[in-house]
Amino acid sequence: MTTADVVGAIIGGCLIGGAAVWLFLSLGRIAGISGIAANALMRSRDHIWPLLFVVGLGIGGWIAYLASGGRPAVEVQSGQWLWMIAGGVLVGFGTRMGSGCTSGHGVCGLARFSPRSLAATLTFLGVGMVTATGLALL
Amino acid sequence: MKNIAALIGGMVFGAGLVFAGMTDPNKVLAFLTLNQNWDPTLIFVLGSAVVVATLGFMLVSKRVAPLFDTEFHAPSNTVVDRRLLGGAAVFGLGWGMTGYCPGPALVGLMTLDVRAAVFIAAFVAGVIVYEKWGQISASRAQPDG
Repeated sequence: MTTADVVGAIIGGCLIGGAAVWLFLSLGRIAGISGIAANALMRSRDHIWPLLFVVGLGIGGWIAYLASGGRPAVEVQSGQWLWMIAGGVLVGFGTRMGSGCTSGHGVCGLARFSPRSLAATLTFLGVGMVTATGLALL
Repeated sequence: MKNIAALIGGMVFGAGLVFAGMTDPNKVLAFLTLNQNWDPTLIFVLGSAVVVATLGFMLVSKRVAPLFDTEFHAPSNTVVDRRLLGGAAVFGLGWGMTGYCPGPALVGLMTLDVRAAVFIAAFVAGVIVYEKWGQISASRAQPDG
């Protein structure tokens, strides 16, 4: 962890929090990306705004990469595909069952003092840490 | 206006995720892996995001309605139940396996990161499986976001 990492983390965190506030101020919506993603990718006929939010994620991501020297090359480790597929299914299933993810519960929910979001955040952080730490030992 | 506001919100959110380093799944895994190489940077991401969002939500809550809608759509459910905790645990398992949560994976998909594209395809499959499996209990479901 370098000073530049911490500065980037704080700038990034402020932008994430600011975007969540903007979405609530403008649309009255919670910036829960798992819900927005499910709506954008599967139900975009009902509402066009989740799809545009996802398009915005891509544009903003590209701009940030251009501003910070380009997107780093993607390095795929052997055997990573199976993890990506299994993990992706679990994240899709779990975020719908638990009504949110890192953004909806972790950022917006904590900021709204929601007891459900606090419980969910502690749970997915705890399980995520146990899982990653355990897999690193293998 | 709604759609333009959502596009702007997505852009700011996406840029934030990149600057924060969250679009690199290996960096996220370095945060979730508690060993001698532990990288605590993401605490600053979550911390600063929550501080900004807390102050912002306090100010916005003084309004009667959002700018481009007639009412706010914040969830009001406060009951911590098994469905919430079970879902969060399943999500945590997948997060700890891959280093991806939905936001950074979508940024990855849109910036042509092939790992993220595979992850999102599997994510959609997981959502479909839950919606088929969970139809019985869906009547008491209330989304938080």
